[in-house]
Amino acid sequence: MPFIPHTETDIESMLDTIAAPSIDALFDEIPESLRIKELNVPTGMNEMEITRLMHDRAKQDGQVLNFIGAGAYEHHIPAAVWQITTRGEYYSAYTPYQAEASQGTLQLIYEYQTMMTALTGMDVSNASMYDGASALAESCLMSIRAQRRNKSVRILMPLTVHPFYRQVVTNIAGGQNLEFIEIPFDKKTGLTDLDAVKAECEKGIAAIVIPTPNFFGALEPVDELVDIAHANNGLAIAVTNPMTLSLLKPPGEWGNVEENRGADIVCGEGQPLGVPVSSGGPYFGFMCCKQAYVRQMPGRIVGRTVDLEGKEGFTLTLQAREQHIRRSKATSNICTNQGLMVTAATIYMSILGAQGLERVAASSYSNTKQLVKLLTQIDGVEPVFSGEVFHEAVVQLPKDAPTVLEALSHKHIAGGIALGEFYPEFKNCILVCATETKTEADLKLFAQELKAVLS
Amino acid sequence: MLIFEHSHTGRFAAAQAPHEVAETAIPKHLQRKERAGLPEVSELQAVRHYTRLSQKNFSIDTQFYPLGSCTMKYNPRACNTLAMLPEFLSRHPLAPVSHGQGFMQCMYELQDMLEDVTGMAGVTLTPMAGAQGEFAGVAMITAYHKARGDLERTQIIVPDAAHGTNPATAIMCGCEVIEIPTMKDGDVDFEALKKVVGPKTAGIMLTNPSTLGVFERRIKEIAELVHDAGGLLYYDGANLNAILGKVRPGDMGFDVIHMNLHKTFSTPHGGGGPGSGAVGVSKRLLPFMPIPFVKKNKEAGERQYDWVTEKELPQSIGRLSAFMGNAGVNLRAYVYARMLGKEGMQRVAEFATLNANYLMKRLADAGFDLAFPERRATHEFIVTLKKQAKELNVNAMDFAKALLDEGFHAPTTYFPLLVPECLLIEPTETEAKEELDLFVDAMVNVLRNSEKDSEQVKAAPYTTPVRRLDDVRAAKQLDVRYVPDVA
Repeated sequence: MPFIPHTETDIESMLDTIAAPSIDALFDEIPESLRIKELNVPTGMNEMEITRLMHDRAKQDGQVLNFIGAGAYEHHIPAAVWQITTRGEYYSAYTPYQAEASQGTLQLIYEYQTMMTALTGMDVSNASMYDGASALAESCLMSIRAQRRNKSVRILMPLTVHPFYRQVVTNIAGGQNLEFIEIPFDKKTGLTDLDAVKAECEKGIAAIVIPTPNFFGALEPVDELVDIAHANNGLAIAVTNPMTLSLLKPPGEWGNVEENRGADIVCGEGQPLGVPVSSGGPYFGFMCCKQAYVRQMPGRIVGRTVDLEGKEGFTLTLQAREQHIRRSKATSNICTNQGLMVTAATIYMSILGAQGLERVAASSYSNTKQLVKLLTQIDGVEPVFSGEVFHEAVVQLPKDAPTVLEALSHKHIAGGIALGEFYPEFKNCILVCATETKTEADLKLFAQELKAVLS
Repeated sequence: MLIFEHSHTGRFAAAQAPHEVAETAIPKHLQRKERAGLPEVSELQAVRHYTRLSQKNFSIDTQFYPLGSCTMKYNPRACNTLAMLPEFLSRHPLAPVSHGQGFMQCMYELQDMLEDVTGMAGVTLTPMAGAQGEFAGVAMITAYHKARGDLERTQIIVPDAAHGTNPATAIMCGCEVIEIPTMKDGDVDFEALKKVVGPKTAGIMLTNPSTLGVFERRIKEIAELVHDAGGLLYYDGANLNAILGKVRPGDMGFDVIHMNLHKTFSTPHGGGGPGSGAVGVSKRLLPFMPIPFVKKNKEAGERQYDWVTEKELPQSIGRLSAFMGNAGVNLRAYVYARMLGKEGMQRVAEFATLNANYLMKRLADAGFDLAFPERRATHEFIVTLKKQAKELNVNAMDFAKALLDEGFHAPTTYFPLLVPECLLIEPTETEAKEELDLFVDAMVNVLRNSEKDSEQVKAAPYTTPVRRLDDVRAAKQLDVRYVPDVA
């Protein structure tokens, strides 16, 4: 019996102890009429058979040369990262409620929290959320809780925020009386329209969401946006890519006003830090904030303390915010974090270090620059926005984008995503990305194949 | 020692970093001024540090882990290996479906199998954890009432024994929580329920078997009562392991259910996630399912399996994750489900129940008090240490800590909140009889030690990497990140 160790002798002796005639008799409290005889699923397979099946399915999918970013980024992951992460001691442990028996996971989360605060320039990090989109939804809810005196429930949501993130935020936070105000962007630069932001602030705001790099890959005027949020008694919620923060100014330092500097809440997708793109998950959302708001933060937080002999140790802390204690009054219904993904990210950041991460960022930046240059040398392919980008960019094609992308996919190239689905006015545009994983030859191949498809 | 304390300025794992390129042209005012404070260590130092840290954890692979309500069963290694094939790992979520037919067929078949084992009409795999599955479920219930113009239905009924996520979820969905009591025998107080159902009832959230480790015997009457009042039934699938292949929530009358694939379908708990909270619905909730999920087209070809999006399902409660949920977790669950097959799934409930009833009987015989001695155990049961707390001054937490010294992870303590000094014990089907016997020996040993010298037990554990931790200090002198000493 797969994964069940009982021998016939075991079963007999156990039933004997219980004084039950059969295993079936143990279900005698369930009304007879509800019990089913047989399931309609296939019969079981042994490991050899399922291995064959899964290899066949994987082979069917194959591997393509990928130039899609749009919220999930392909990076090199050192072999050590997942070899250690999948050690049984991390892989098959539960949430560290019994702290003395979970010091490995707890210390690792403490180190993770430290690393995320170092990248974001914030005071506190939680132990992670499900993904970047749900982390943004939770950040919006948190921004309302954090300001009891501010009666506004209006959150300014630039259209340069990932379209899927905006959907998730509305779906998750929409039930709780928040109002999301869409902010247009400048069609020339691809950056949030500051005048529109200022105009909306006049009606009062709870917070401004600041995406950078934004969905188009462009770097938003973060200093101005933070200052506007604070000048209007609102909070600044940064949504960013942690890999880019190895080079970019940390959100904790955004703003030009000395006495009120920095975003108040910082969140985003942690996947670029050592987690494979793997069809969309599992990833992890990160979430950091200023010290003043820590009690409004959802999710688990690990703190350092001492044991009864004075020895240093780690434990879950501020649990009075959470659902298993506060029930209906909790900061969120969230129960898990994405523990295993955080394990991978922590090991990834330790191995890469700041220097390694800077090189990943710089290399992705320069590969994307080079890609855009090669693509726009093709007749009819034009750059779209003038704003400075990081490692993603929008280019316009002379033909229908979905058709071109499909043709490329037959040549085993995932050539970006078509923007028209999300922004109808950019019908023939594609969003492309080239991380450090792409060689000069890869970039040239993409350009060459695109040229062939277009001609 | 923290990884940061191994740091030396300038050290890094050169083999892992891309070659240096020219400086970026990012405007100066958007650039970082100081290098980020990440560890500066060699690859070996990092590997050694995190390997050593792992050894400070208890885990299923190293210890019996009878944590009630968590289903800590063996996580087959094949599930991990096969979900991590390079083609699966490198597939971008927005890649063309023509390059994802193998993956999508797995997801489609998993949806199909989960529909069958739960007796529901449709399944979506997008919720990323049990709590998000709950959110999806309650959001669908409220969307259903709204779509019918039934705007008064804003109350969600929750038994007092429920998981904390149930009431927290109802609030996130903008509902009001109505709590109902539990009777002495562990069943929901039916008379109390009768009094609260009515035209404001949106639905009821139930776990069956309940968190008390017993099967809710009047489930059909409850379903009828709530349905007659116009409400819907939500099934919290936390305890699905107890009934897999034996009874189906759909047949009990539930309209929506979430499954914890990280429990019943043995995907890893990973030190607290990632989970996966697949959701199943009855026919009337099909139009509201969260997207995307996989459909199968009649004609074979490169788009035979495709995503259902809001275009096809305009009443959907929408997208709950940036992409399509915890795909890699769902792949692990798929491999596990295929390995078990229909016979294997039934055996899960059978042997989980056999193990729980055996362990319950042996502990009762050894002198421990059961919370519900007249009831059958399902896949878990509750021991109450009320007597020991009073007579020996040793409480459930002391017992839990002393068990760590015996080489066992502790059962769940102080949940459910209704039973004083409780240990919620779930052995799962993958444990051998001799392991259960050793656990009984350990429990008896702790009891004997408590009788001899309770102070010694109250100071446990002794053998773990740290002794009992000062939680009050952790909360009061908040230290949640390392700040290097500036010497």
